[in-house]
Amino acid sequence: MEDGIVLTMRGISKSFPGVRALNEVDFTLRKGEIHALMGENGAGKSTLIKVLTGVYPMDEGEICLDGHDGAVSIHSPQDAQNLGISTVYQEITLCPNLTVAENMFIGRTADKLVHWKDYERRAAEILDNLGIPARPNQELSRCSLAVQQMVAIARAVDMNCKVLILDEPTSSLDDKEVAMLFGLMRDLKSRGVGIVFVTHFLEQVYEVSDRITVLRNGELVGEFKVEDLPQVQLVAQMMGKSLDDLAELEHIGHKTGAGGECVYGAQQLSSSECRPFDFQIHKGEVNGFTGLLGSGRSESVRAIFGADHVTGGKVQVDGKDVHITKPHDAMMNGIGYLPEDRKRDGIIADLSVRDNIILALQVIQGMNHPISKAKAEAFADEYIEALQIKTASKDTPIKSLSGGNQQKVILARWLLTHPQYLILDEPTRGIDVGTKLEIQKLVLKLAEEGMSITFISSEIEEMLRTCSRLIVMRDRKIVGELTGEDLTEAQVMKTIAGGTEV
Amino acid sequence: MSRKNKITASLGQLLIPLVALTILIVFNLIRDPNFFSIGMRINNAGNAVLTGNLISVIDSASELAIIAMGMTLVTAATGGQDISVGAVAAISGAIFVKVLQGMGAITGSTVFVALIACILGTILFKLFNGTLVAVFHIQPMIATLILYSCGRSIAYWINGDATPQLDSPIINSIGKTIPGIPIPTPIFAVILVGLFLFLIFKFTSLRLYTQSVGINEGAARLNGINPTFIKLLTFALLGVCVAVAAVIGVSRLGQLNHKTLLADIEMDAILAVAIGGNSLGGGNYKLSGSILGAYIIQMLTTTLYAMNVAPVNVKAYKAIVIIIIVVAGSPVVKEAITKMIRNMKTGAAKKGVA
Amino acid sequence: MNTNEKTRTLRQREPLTDTQTLLFISIGIFLAMYIGAILLLGGGFTKPQMFFDLLNDNAALIIISCALTVVMIGAGINISVGGVIGLTVMACAIFLNNTQIESTGQAVFMTLLLALGIGLVFGIWQGFLVAYLDIQPFIVTLAGMFLARGLTTILSVNPVKVSHEGFLAFVKLKVKISWLGYVAQNGNLIPAKIEIGAIVAVATVIIMFLVLRYTRFGRSIYAIGGNRQSALMLGINVRRSVFWSYVLSGLLSGLAGFVFLMHKPAGNASVAMRGEMDAIAASIIGGTLLTGGVGNVIGSFFGAMILATIQKIIALSPLDASWWQDMASGAMLAFFIVLQSIVLMRKNAAFKKKAQQTGGTPQKSDTEKKEGTS
Repeated sequence: MEDGIVLTMRGISKSFPGVRALNEVDFTLRKGEIHALMGENGAGKSTLIKVLTGVYPMDEGEICLDGHDGAVSIHSPQDAQNLGISTVYQEITLCPNLTVAENMFIGRTADKLVHWKDYERRAAEILDNLGIPARPNQELSRCSLAVQQMVAIARAVDMNCKVLILDEPTSSLDDKEVAMLFGLMRDLKSRGVGIVFVTHFLEQVYEVSDRITVLRNGELVGEFKVEDLPQVQLVAQMMGKSLDDLAELEHIGHKTGAGGECVYGAQQLSSSECRPFDFQIHKGEVNGFTGLLGSGRSESVRAIFGADHVTGGKVQVDGKDVHITKPHDAMMNGIGYLPEDRKRDGIIADLSVRDNIILALQVIQGMNHPISKAKAEAFADEYIEALQIKTASKDTPIKSLSGGNQQKVILARWLLTHPQYLILDEPTRGIDVGTKLEIQKLVLKLAEEGMSITFISSEIEEMLRTCSRLIVMRDRKIVGELTGEDLTEAQVMKTIAGGTEV
Repeated sequence: MSRKNKITASLGQLLIPLVALTILIVFNLIRDPNFFSIGMRINNAGNAVLTGNLISVIDSASELAIIAMGMTLVTAATGGQDISVGAVAAISGAIFVKVLQGMGAITGSTVFVALIACILGTILFKLFNGTLVAVFHIQPMIATLILYSCGRSIAYWINGDATPQLDSPIINSIGKTIPGIPIPTPIFAVILVGLFLFLIFKFTSLRLYTQSVGINEGAARLNGINPTFIKLLTFALLGVCVAVAAVIGVSRLGQLNHKTLLADIEMDAILAVAIGGNSLGGGNYKLSGSILGAYIIQMLTTTLYAMNVAPVNVKAYKAIVIIIIVVAGSPVVKEAITKMIRNMKTGAAKKGVA
Repeated sequence: MNTNEKTRTLRQREPLTDTQTLLFISIGIFLAMYIGAILLLGGGFTKPQMFFDLLNDNAALIIISCALTVVMIGAGINISVGGVIGLTVMACAIFLNNTQIESTGQAVFMTLLLALGIGLVFGIWQGFLVAYLDIQPFIVTLAGMFLARGLTTILSVNPVKVSHEGFLAFVKLKVKISWLGYVAQNGNLIPAKIEIGAIVAVATVIIMFLVLRYTRFGRSIYAIGGNRQSALMLGINVRRSVFWSYVLSGLLSGLAGFVFLMHKPAGNASVAMRGEMDAIAASIIGGTLLTGGVGNVIGSFFGAMILATIQKIIALSPLDASWWQDMASGAMLAFFIVLQSIVLMRKNAAFKKKAQQTGGTPQKSDTEKKEGTS
């Protein structure tokens, strides 16, 4: 093997029934580099990583590792671990009922016995070293999601890995924690670890990576040095098309604005998860809630929809006083809500695409008025066509669709109910750039047709592009409201940081 | 071609139970070509009734089939099973007998009143289970373990007497046959309950609701479904099934034995659900699968009796057949078989090319 | 200062885990019940022998409770344990009555081997079907129960009494502790008697506790019960661990059968009827959750003792035993289930609230700083 190269994957192919997920993909990782693996959803990133970590067997190709003659065979995550390949997945893959220390050491040694004292001492050292705010004997379920993520990384780091794979590690971290993670990544890099970094956040790629490999539709597009590939070109490579779409969106943004009658209004609305707040939205308006993760933006819209236990406040819809204490009330008042966590709160995994689409409309019509099969088929056809949902058929279980297409199905579910007010909480999270743009365009189109929309996104750019009014939150309180000239990234940051508070 | 695919897809879940049933039938036909012959005979009351193994299988499986239907709904919505159906059936039987005897004479109307009282009472007991499951979020098997362990004692307490007798032509018509109709009445009860559930599914969207709740309760709630209500509803429907099955069971024997009425039926009912290809983890389901499962279990039992296996020993042979069925239906084995078939096909195709 | 702080945070008492909370509840209730029985019923309950009798009579139940706890922690279930006891007892009784072996030691040893062998065989095939063929454990072990019960009656429909002299002599062996005894009415000192089975049961509990707490296998089972997918990703051999949990569970069932035979040396088709449900009840009362990942054999021991104590109290009181014992078990179970559900709900709610008060999850330190300066 060439000097300085720690891992090569050559001619990797992998098929699933009906899909060719990877087609002769090559990938090379050098010592001490951070290598971003980029691609839209369904491009094959996850499959490539799962092949590398032994979760999926590959159909063709070979994997070579530094220090091993010839190709290595990896049949299970354990094999991968033993070869020095560690992975931190997007979803936390630790056990909530075990302690932090145990989560860091379980499954790693051939030792038949558990040495608790030893575990806890070593865990304490590592946690301390990396500055992770967790105690070794703390039950993992008692830690915040971010800390759990960091424990997972600490585990991977401690395993003396040569190859560290970080699969969307930053999606549940706030900026400070991301910075901490990047510090950690650079530290490991200087120790000669090769890091594969998978993310949807373009800025992060440029902040920390040395090289970028781009995949599209299961094929290798190319390997680039970061300095040779400007951001615009990266996006173009990933999508396989130009960025005119983006520019076009830039123009239509901001045009929609307030002015119509008030569709929804709340005074001192509060729930078990959020503090009292005032809010109203007008016909055809797109507004946004922004703030850091955990600032209360999701909790606020959940209160509007009655998703959490509502504890107080007055609500008017179309100027009439109404009571919204559970999602059903909200739906009957023409409010729709696309939840933040698609997998947990959105999709009904084993149900067909068709059933997932008609679900909300069916509930609004009531249990005693079932939608006929013919009608359901027609609705499904209509929205699969309109939103360009890629699915084998209407009867396919939604769980076998890609993330972006699942999101479109959930969107279709709410559009079918023709709500007058639609809440979209992170509709673009974890989905590919192309679908992101489609969804943003759709939001603006719907608003033009008179729908009121609340749009929440972690990417401020995205919100600036679509929203005409931004409500800024910090520590579960509204700390500012930005419109017109103030809608700039700098102003939003300043407000979040506390500049406008008197 | 695509149509053929569609048919196999909808059959998918039922394939293994259907194959199992076919094998049982063929096996019996080889063993005794007259096994399924149906005859007419005059019973003690002087009525002409159909006889034969087939009739006996369909007749004796009635209680099981009815309860399996209810069990399927509870399984779908809660992802767990109700193991108290046998014990609660004893309570239902006790209520039925108590109300009936309390009214004195056994006439059509008193039986009807007793049946209604029995259904309502059973629903109440099932709602107790349902509340623990839906409101307190207790695993169904654990929540129903309570009535499993004390249900038969409650039945005993309701009636005091260990085995109250019911002797009346009306009771006979419910448990055996109606004079003039040669087909055993319990078979009609299965059809009636099946029709009842079919109509519910036809005229409400309960099916979509139960599946949604069973697959992802949180998401179902965010789409305006009330999971607590749906779970309670499935328990109430199971209650109706249990009550009907209990009345049939009591009428069949003309007496109530709180210790043996529908004993161990919970295990058979859960088995019927699983043999029918339904996941015991909840979600998607097929009622027809569970009904098929019930008849397979009964067919197996009857076959074993016909082979002179002592009733107490039937369990052992039953276990072996069950193991074969579930192994054949297990995902691992299924996958291996599909792979084998595919390899054979590609092998054949290659040969064809060559 | 800085290091001081660190050591303090390290030594800081952790909030009770779910397993611990539920365990303490069941121990507390057992003690309260037992002391209540001493105070209110007096009589036999004042003598230590009563406690030992509870152990002697319920040794087999305690062992199968352990068997169930292991599989339940791994998010499985095993309802064949009662059936396996029945089969083991019957098979061993028939073996003893037909064997040519005269010596006590050899006979006991061979019987024990037979008992463990039967349990092992059941454990192996059930474990294989559950772990490697992904068949639902409820169905597999239900088939196991049917098979065991059916085989028992195939062996003999009629009760079989052990007539092997050597074995019967062995069964009579008891550990006598004179200082825990009492003086009978005729003035003789009657020492406290503990059967070998009871000692085996207690030893099983202790060994299983150590296995679950300090072995890789034990921790793997907890991890699998907590989150099966994660356990796989953490490099745990999930299938193998699940397989061994059923093997262990089968082995313990066989052992329980042997212990049962020592307590009552006779085979019978109805031996340990519904034993699996009692064992599940004991595990639940002891704080094991059917959803997996939470539980403890010490709790199961107390769960079994709680059930046994209730039965004893009713048997000693003038109530109609057959009726009240069922009702009391049911009521006890209902009480525990609801109590556990409430305790866990409240605890989780309290934790959530605390997290919120300290400024939500991720930016904990941030908020604290800001609140400190303003």
